[in-house]
Amino acid sequence: MTQKNPNPTEPTGWFDKRENVQKLLKGLYGVCGFFVLIDVIFWVTGFDKHPYLKWEKWPAFYAVFGFVACVLLVAVAKYIIRPLTMRGEDYYESNTVEQKGDDHA
Amino acid sequence: MPEALHPAFLYLFGALLIPFLKGRTRQAVAMLIPIAGFINYFQIPEGVHWKYQLLDFELILGRADDWSLIFLNIFTVLSFIGILYIIKDNKPLMLSAGLLYAGSAMGVILAGDLITLFLFWEMLTAAAVLCLLDRGTPASGRAATRYLLIHILGGVVLLAGIVIHLASGGSAAFDKIELSGIGAWLIFIGFGINCAWPVLGAWLTDTYPEASIGGIVFMATYTTKTAIYVLARTFPGEETLIWIGVVMAVVPLFYAFVANDLRRVLAYCLVNQVGFMVIGVGLGTGLSLNGTAAHAYCHILYKALLFMSIGAVMYRTGKSKATELGGLYKSMPWTCLFCCIGAVSISAPLFCGFVSKSMIISAAASGGYSIAWLALLFGSAGVFLCAGLKVPFFTFFNRDSGVRCEEAPTNQLLAMGLTAFLCIFVGTFPNQFLYPMLPNQEYMYVPYTVAHVTDLLAMLFFTGLAFTLLIRSGFKPAEIRSTLLDADFLYRKGGPAFYKVMDKSLNGLNAATSKVMIGSVVHHVSNFFESGASRFLVWALTPIWMIRGDSKEQIEEHRQSVFKRAKRGAFPIGLTAFCAVVMLGLLSLIFLLES
Repeated sequence: MTQKNPNPTEPTGWFDKRENVQKLLKGLYGVCGFFVLIDVIFWVTGFDKHPYLKWEKWPAFYAVFGFVACVLLVAVAKYIIRPLTMRGEDYYESNTVEQKGDDHA
Repeated sequence: MPEALHPAFLYLFGALLIPFLKGRTRQAVAMLIPIAGFINYFQIPEGVHWKYQLLDFELILGRADDWSLIFLNIFTVLSFIGILYIIKDNKPLMLSAGLLYAGSAMGVILAGDLITLFLFWEMLTAAAVLCLLDRGTPASGRAATRYLLIHILGGVVLLAGIVIHLASGGSAAFDKIELSGIGAWLIFIGFGINCAWPVLGAWLTDTYPEASIGGIVFMATYTTKTAIYVLARTFPGEETLIWIGVVMAVVPLFYAFVANDLRRVLAYCLVNQVGFMVIGVGLGTGLSLNGTAAHAYCHILYKALLFMSIGAVMYRTGKSKATELGGLYKSMPWTCLFCCIGAVSISAPLFCGFVSKSMIISAAASGGYSIAWLALLFGSAGVFLCAGLKVPFFTFFNRDSGVRCEEAPTNQLLAMGLTAFLCIFVGTFPNQFLYPMLPNQEYMYVPYTVAHVTDLLAMLFFTGLAFTLLIRSGFKPAEIRSTLLDADFLYRKGGPAFYKVMDKSLNGLNAATSKVMIGSVVHHVSNFFESGASRFLVWALTPIWMIRGDSKEQIEEHRQSVFKRAKRGAFPIGLTAFCAVVMLGLLSLIFLLES
């Protein structure tokens, strides 16, 4: 059902075209800018967002938080979790084989 | 007693019937049971039904109130979706396991006392083990063993808790319990094991990725959400839960981001979302408990959708790892669409996660729990990064992996389509469908305010921006085929190590004992009973023989003859009579001295 080396005559997908991906990225940057702008406008005009905590009153708090949280998450995953916890794919399996060997012996 | 059947018994009846049926009949019955369950659901009136007397206890099998009915609703909906998803393969084991899983979860939900709860609780484990065995690989078999051992341990802890709780004068009613005393703590921990708490819950991310394609949908739906339900009923407002939930909402995300198997990524994200619900239970306010119930409802929908879409990819390609997939949007456009709907349903406005998750976040903020609030926000952004962006990106987009396959089978597309529809419907019309079912009607919530929507969208888009920039800059580490050490290390490595230590120490002890006991003590004892009497006789007679003036050779001859006779038991009558008289004489002497 599955085959590698796809037929070279198959139609190229929408995401295979570089310019489409570029358009998508520009769209993303635009939307991000838009939300920061909106939040700054809310802040300047004093629009009441019914905040519970003081941080929520800072302009573009949620945008900055989302970005920083993700960078932090990736950095911790990269520099702490991976070196500490990453092992070979058959880490536990090798244990089982060894175990079986013991049993036979 | 209501007109309706007890839903657990309806499903259990189905689960028992399935193995005896064949072909189309089996498929028809398997589909009819959840449909009957759905009709039956509407026949169950609020109140306490199906009460039975067992010794001194009153077993309550049907407590139908706001809390149990909303869980019963989503469990019924998911039983239909899950069975539809696996119906094509028509495997009796999986169909039975699915119905058993749904039935026992409903049994827990409707239980009104701790004993009934415990019985159905244990059946959940049996169903999960079947879901693992259904995969049929050696790894899944080993995972099933680990699952069984951990959950038997959990069951024993819970049972011990219930027994101690009852023995110390606690009520058998399945209601709020004060967290004081060993009994209550053991019950608390027993629930916590099923709820995938930190360390205690390592079984989840360890075993779920080994389950079969259909099995994981049922596992992701029933076990942890039943645990959330029982926690919400017994320990609402217990502050310890807030901190347990905070750890659950944050820590698994780091693992989720590094994990390569996409079903393991989803399993870690599942723990993160259950963490949200645990915080909701811990806060214990009307709003947070509503949020917990609502989020359990929505989470079941979108997590099932994500597991089903990755399952469909696995069904067609046999692969589920980020390193092996990519570019599948061309081969499986519908599955890709449904996966993306599942991904945005985690928190985007107009989708189900938004209307439920924000209740818990607002409850944490309004209660002044700023650390819990930050953890929840971090959890929201992080889960969107891992489950919402990483999973669809590495499966359907990214580099073309060269894998080409057919679109998912029709039954799987229907199951995913129905779930996707529900994700959007529940999220778009919360006031018409989800909110009226919530337990605390006096705490109503308005999710769609300008501030909520813009704040959340800003956070989601900046998460997307971070994901894009991290990948394009090469800061995001490449996907590697690997195993991640987690708390399951404790029993996967610790178990065998414990075995080895026990093997060496106990078996060593055994050998030493055998050497001492069997080799020497037993030998001597046996010798004593075999020839003790004759030795004594020889010892007593030798001086007489010597006095008689027998030579050494003669004495040796007498000794051998006594030993021979002793072995055969053939002493001359005179000698036996003499011994008997001496014995009687001794007894008389002792008797006289005593008196």
